[in-house]
Amino acid sequence: MTEPQMVMYEEEYRQIQAIVSRLVKEANARVVFVIDKNGQEIAKAGEVDQLDTTSLASLTAGNIAATGGIAKLLREKEFTTQFHEGERANIHIQLVGNRVILVVIFDNKTSLGLVRLRVKKASEELNAVFEELLRKVADPNRESPFAEITDEDIDNLFKD
Amino acid sequence: MSFINFSSREITCKIVYYGPGLCGKTTNLQYIYNKTDPQLRGKMISLATETERTLFFDFLPIAFGEIRGFKIRFQLYTVPGQIFYDASRKLILKGVDGIVFVADSQIARLEANEESMENLKSNLAEQGYSLEKVPYVIQYNKRDMPNIAPVEELRALLNPKGVPDFEAVASQGIGVFETLKSIAKLVLVEVRRQAG
Ligand SMILES: Nc1nc2c(ncn2[C@@H]2O[C@H](COP(=O)(O)OP(=O)(O)OP(=O)(O)O)[C@@H](O)[C@H]2O)c(=O)[nH]1
Ligand SMILES: [Mg+2]
Repeated sequence: MTEPQMVMYEEEYRQIQAIVSRLVKEANARVVFVIDKNGQEIAKAGEVDQLDTTSLASLTAGNIAATGGIAKLLREKEFTTQFHEGERANIHIQLVGNRVILVVIFDNKTSLGLVRLRVKKASEELNAVFEELLRKVADPNRESPFAEITDEDIDNLFKD
Repeated sequence: MSFINFSSREITCKIVYYGPGLCGKTTNLQYIYNKTDPQLRGKMISLATETERTLFFDFLPIAFGEIRGFKIRFQLYTVPGQIFYDASRKLILKGVDGIVFVADSQIARLEANEESMENLKSNLAEQGYSLEKVPYVIQYNKRDMPNIAPVEELRALLNPKGVPDFEAVASQGIGVFETLKSIAKLVLVEVRRQAG
């Protein structure tokens, strides 16, 4: 594989969750979530119960992938920010460190200017956490829950 | 690229259904969706044209139980099979952990199957992947149709390596879960190999 395995540890997860929780408050947003470029959910905060975040994550990742493809055709660098304005909900999508995607959904209780400002700060913080995470993942001595599983473990999963 | 999350204790892997237009990729996912306990699956998303051809992708998240306290999840994607959607196919293949190649058994589609297989290889190569490394299985679909090629012929064309292959009638669900379980297993074995 060309890409390194994506791994999330408890410590980094807590840091990311803290950044996301703070962002939802400081930006006065409805929902904030962080996903990886393949559409896997990493953290979320705000009114997430009313939202199908799994679907949103995969569609957002698809969207970023598609605009990334367009950028390539135009010989542009990847578009790092997208904003879609709706009647009641707006969505701000930010590519962070070309690795993860920070999504903010907000309404007219706040403003695009404030959201942008807070997203910028949160992006820098997230970037630092993911840099550290990558260093950990690259460590050859890191633990893996999967190295020890047996054929039987796998077989058992598919018995019905 | 599988995602191991120690925090939520989940492992998520991406499986892509590939194959020529109208071979039955979307039908596979629809059957899986309909027959899977709602607690174990999310919503199925289909980005399709007005004539129900896949435009960008179908997406279906499913859970498969636990191994050693880790929930095992798969994200199933289909690509659009129509030739001119190649740019989208490349995007969907990013980060893939396992592939189901769905072939259309009809004699009239033999060439389309071969072209799609070649297309898969070149799209994987562009991203530095190859069928030597990415686990894959093959499904010979539409076995209920009148003018179909014998399985031996399809096998000779599409499966020189002898990976697991299955006959299917996806519209009736025949062979659908056999195919899915087979690729899921290969993917988990590969995840273990990379971890070890
Ligand atoms: N007779 C028969 N029809 C099938 C079978 N599997 C799928 N079909 C039908 O074939 C048509 C195309 O199936 P889809 O699943 O949409 O095909 P697809 O591979 O997703 O096509 P694209 O999205 O264009 O790539 C539909 O009308 C299905 O009902 C099968 O095993 N037998
Ligand atoms: Mg389709």
